[in-house]
Amino acid sequence: MLAYIVRRLLYAVPILIGINLITFVLFFVVNTPDDMARMHLGMKHVTPEAIAEWKAARGYDKPLLYNEARDGLQRFTDTIFFEKSVRLFAFQFGRSDAGRDIGYDIYQRMWPSLAIAVPVLVFGLLANITAALLLVFFRATYVDTLGVVLLVIMMSVSSLFYIIAGQYVIGKLLHLVPISGYDGGWNALKFIVLPVCIAVLYGLGSGARWYRTLFLEEAGKDYVRTARAKGLSERVVLFRHVLRNALIPILTGVVVILPLLFMGSLVLESFFGIPGLGSYTIDAIRAQDFAIVRAMVFLGSVLYILGLLLTDISYTLVDPRVRIS
Amino acid sequence: MTTVLEEIVGPDTLAYWRGLKPVLLWTDVLVFLLVGVLVICIWYARRREHLRAPWRQVFARPLAMAAAVVMSCFVVVGLLDSVHFREPLQPQGGQDGGQQQEVFHAVEVLSLLDLLLRPLKEQVEKTYSAPFATHLYAKETLELPDGTRVRDYPRLVYGGAHLEDPSERTADVLQRSLAGLATGLGWWLLFALLWVALLAYRHHRPFGSQLRQVLAGRTVLPWRVMLGVLALVFMAVAWAVELAPLYHIFGTDKVGQDVFYQTLKSVRTALVIGTLTTLVMLPFAVLLGLMAGYFRGWVDDVIQYLYTTLNSIPGVLLIASAVLMLQVYIDTHPEMFETAAERADMRLLFLCIILGVTSWTTLCRLLRGEALKLHGVDYVQAAVAFGVPHFRILSRHLLPNVMHIVLITVVLDFSGLVLAEAILSYVGVGVDPSMHSWGNMINGARLEMAREPMVWWSLLAAFVFMFLLVLAANLLADAVRDAFDPRTRDAAAGRES
Repeated sequence: MLAYIVRRLLYAVPILIGINLITFVLFFVVNTPDDMARMHLGMKHVTPEAIAEWKAARGYDKPLLYNEARDGLQRFTDTIFFEKSVRLFAFQFGRSDAGRDIGYDIYQRMWPSLAIAVPVLVFGLLANITAALLLVFFRATYVDTLGVVLLVIMMSVSSLFYIIAGQYVIGKLLHLVPISGYDGGWNALKFIVLPVCIAVLYGLGSGARWYRTLFLEEAGKDYVRTARAKGLSERVVLFRHVLRNALIPILTGVVVILPLLFMGSLVLESFFGIPGLGSYTIDAIRAQDFAIVRAMVFLGSVLYILGLLLTDISYTLVDPRVRIS
Repeated sequence: MTTVLEEIVGPDTLAYWRGLKPVLLWTDVLVFLLVGVLVICIWYARRREHLRAPWRQVFARPLAMAAAVVMSCFVVVGLLDSVHFREPLQPQGGQDGGQQQEVFHAVEVLSLLDLLLRPLKEQVEKTYSAPFATHLYAKETLELPDGTRVRDYPRLVYGGAHLEDPSERTADVLQRSLAGLATGLGWWLLFALLWVALLAYRHHRPFGSQLRQVLAGRTVLPWRVMLGVLALVFMAVAWAVELAPLYHIFGTDKVGQDVFYQTLKSVRTALVIGTLTTLVMLPFAVLLGLMAGYFRGWVDDVIQYLYTTLNSIPGVLLIASAVLMLQVYIDTHPEMFETAAERADMRLLFLCIILGVTSWTTLCRLLRGEALKLHGVDYVQAAVAFGVPHFRILSRHLLPNVMHIVLITVVLDFSGLVLAEAILSYVGVGVDPSMHSWGNMINGARLEMAREPMVWWSLLAAFVFMFLLVLAANLLADAVRDAFDPRTRDAAAGRES
C-alpha cells in the first residue's frame, strides 16, 4: 500500500512540472511583461520609464530563463522563471500585482469558501441520493417518468437563473435572508443558507439523474434479482444491496472533488459577496491581476492531483475486488 | 418584414445585393464546413441500414422529434446570421463620380438576419423601456406645447408610435396578436396539408387515409408531434412578424436597443460555442485516444501524461488565463483586425479552441479505453497478423467502432457549453463584450437588478431562449445516447421484449 502511494506521488511530479511550464509559457512568453505593464498602465501615453518602474516594483524586470549578468547558480535563480514559477512548488506565491501577500490572502479566504462548499457537498449528496432512490423505487411508473422530465428541465436552466431568481424572491421580495454579504462566526449562518440551498437545487438536476442511472444499472444485476427471489422486501433490497454497491462509484466521484472544495465556487461566491477564494479569483481575473491567477492555477492543479490520488486510495479501501487484484 | 420581401423583387434590390462586399469570418468558414460535413454524413448514413436504424429510433421518440424541430429553428436563425457582408457607403458629395471612383464599405459587418430584422435593429430608443411599452422607463423633463416643463415619462420614438392615444395599446396589441396568430395558423395549415400530401405520395396511399394515420399518431415517425410543435413555431413567428416592427416586444436595454433583436442575434453565438468547440478539438481527441489505446507502450504514456496534465488545471482558470492573454495580445496588436466584428470573431474562435482544449481530455480517455478493449478483439488481431498498415487498422477497424462514443460526447457536450458561455461572460472571460450573446445580456442586466421596479425583461428573454435551446439539446442528446450506446440500447431492447 505504501509503495503504491509513493509511486502515485512520484507520478504527480512530472504533471506538476508540466502545469508549471504551461502557465509560464502562457503568462510570460505569449505576452512579454512589457505588454502586461503597458496594459496595466493604460495603452497610450506610456513612457518607457513608467514601464520599467512597474516591472521593477513587481520583479518582472529580470530575464526569462537565464541571467547573464550574474555568476554561478544565480544565473538561473535570479530569473523570472525561478522567482515566479519554480517558487510555486514551495507554495511561495509572492505578492500580487497590487502588492498584497497572496499566501496570506489565500489562507484568510479559504474558510468562507469551505463554509459554503462543505454544506453544499453534504446536503447535495443527501438530496441527490434521496431523489434518485425515490425514482428507482417508483421505476417504470408515471412518477419515475415525470421525475426524470422534471430533472431534465431543472438541468436545462442556467445556474445564473437559480441565483438571480433566488436572490430576488427570497432576499428581495420575502426579506428572509440578506441578499449578499458575510460575517464571522455563527453570524455567517444567515448568509450561507441561501447560497447553499441554491447550489443544492441547481445540482439536483444532473446529480440525481446520474445517480438514478447508477442505481438502475445496479438494480438490474443478478444478485439483486436473487435478493428479490429470496423474498426480501423492496426496502431491504434497495438500501442493503443496491445503495451499498452503487455508493462505490458515488463516493469515489466525491473524493476527487474533496480537495477542490478549498477553491470555492466562482459564481456563487461573487454573487453573494462571500469573501472566499472563488470571488478572490474572479476579482483577480477582472482586475487582470496575473500573479493571483497564476497562483490559483497552480493551487487548483495541486489540489486536483491530490484528489486523484485520494480517489485511487479510496478505491482500494472501499472495493475489496480492487484490493485483491 | 413584408417590405423586405417586396424589395427583393425590385431592380433596386438587385443593384443593392451587387454592391455588398462579402465578409467571411473565421467562424463562418467553420460553420459552413460543418454544414457541408453534416450533409455528407446524412447522405452517407441514409444509404446504410445499420446507420439509419438508430436514427429512426431517435426520431421515433415524440420528445426527441419535438426537440429536433425546436433545434432546427435555432439552427436556421444561426445560419442566417452566419452570412456576413458589408454595405457600401453612400459616396460623399452626392452625384456621379464616374466608374473609377473607389467604393468604400461601411465598417459595420451585417448578416442576412440583420437585413430581415432591419426595423428592429434601427429602431433604437433612448434607454430602457418595458415590453410593449409606449413610454420610456425613466422620467425626463418634457416641454409641453404651452411652454411649461414637467417631469414625466416621454413617449417612445418607435415603440407604439403608430398609436394616436397610448391608452389604445392593449386593444391594439390584442387585435394584432390575434391577427398574427391567425396568419401563422393559416400558413401552418398550408404547410401541414402539403406535408401530409408528400407523405401520402411517398407511401403510395390515398391522402385521406394518410391524414387519418397522422392524426391518430399511427405513423412510424411521430409526424403528429412534429406538426404540433411546428404549429406553435409558425404562430410564434407570425405573431412576432406582426408585432415586432411596431412594438418592442421584449422591451429595450440600457442603450435603447431592442431586446428581441439581441436575443435572436445571440443564437448564433450559442450555437457556434456549442458545436465548434467540440469539433475543433475532435480530430486530436480521436487520433490521440485511438493511438494511445492501440499502440500502448510509450505512446500511451506520453498521451496519458498530456491529457492528465491538461485535465489537472481547473477548467475555468485555464480558460481565464488563456483569454486574458489573448486580450492582451489583441490590445497590443490592433492592426491585425479590419473591423470590430473580425476582432470579436477571433475572440469567439479562440474561446472555442480553448474550451475545446479543456474538454477534449474526457473524450480522449474514453476512446483510449475503448481502443484498448478493441485491440484484443479477433478481427483487429487478424488485421495485425495480415500485416495491414497501422493507420489503416486505426481508420478502418477502430474508428467506425468508436464513432458512437464520439457522437454521444458531441451531443452531450452541446448543452453544457451553451450554459458555460453565460458563466464565462459573467466571469469576464467570455465572448467579446461587443458581441451579442445571452451571457452578455444577462451580465448587462444583472447590474440593473437593484433598480426599483426591476428591469427584468433582458434577463428573462435571455434565460427563456437559453432554456429552450438547452432543453431541446438535452432531450435530443438523451435520445441519441439511448439509441447509440450499446449498453442502454440493449437495456431498452430488453425492456421492450
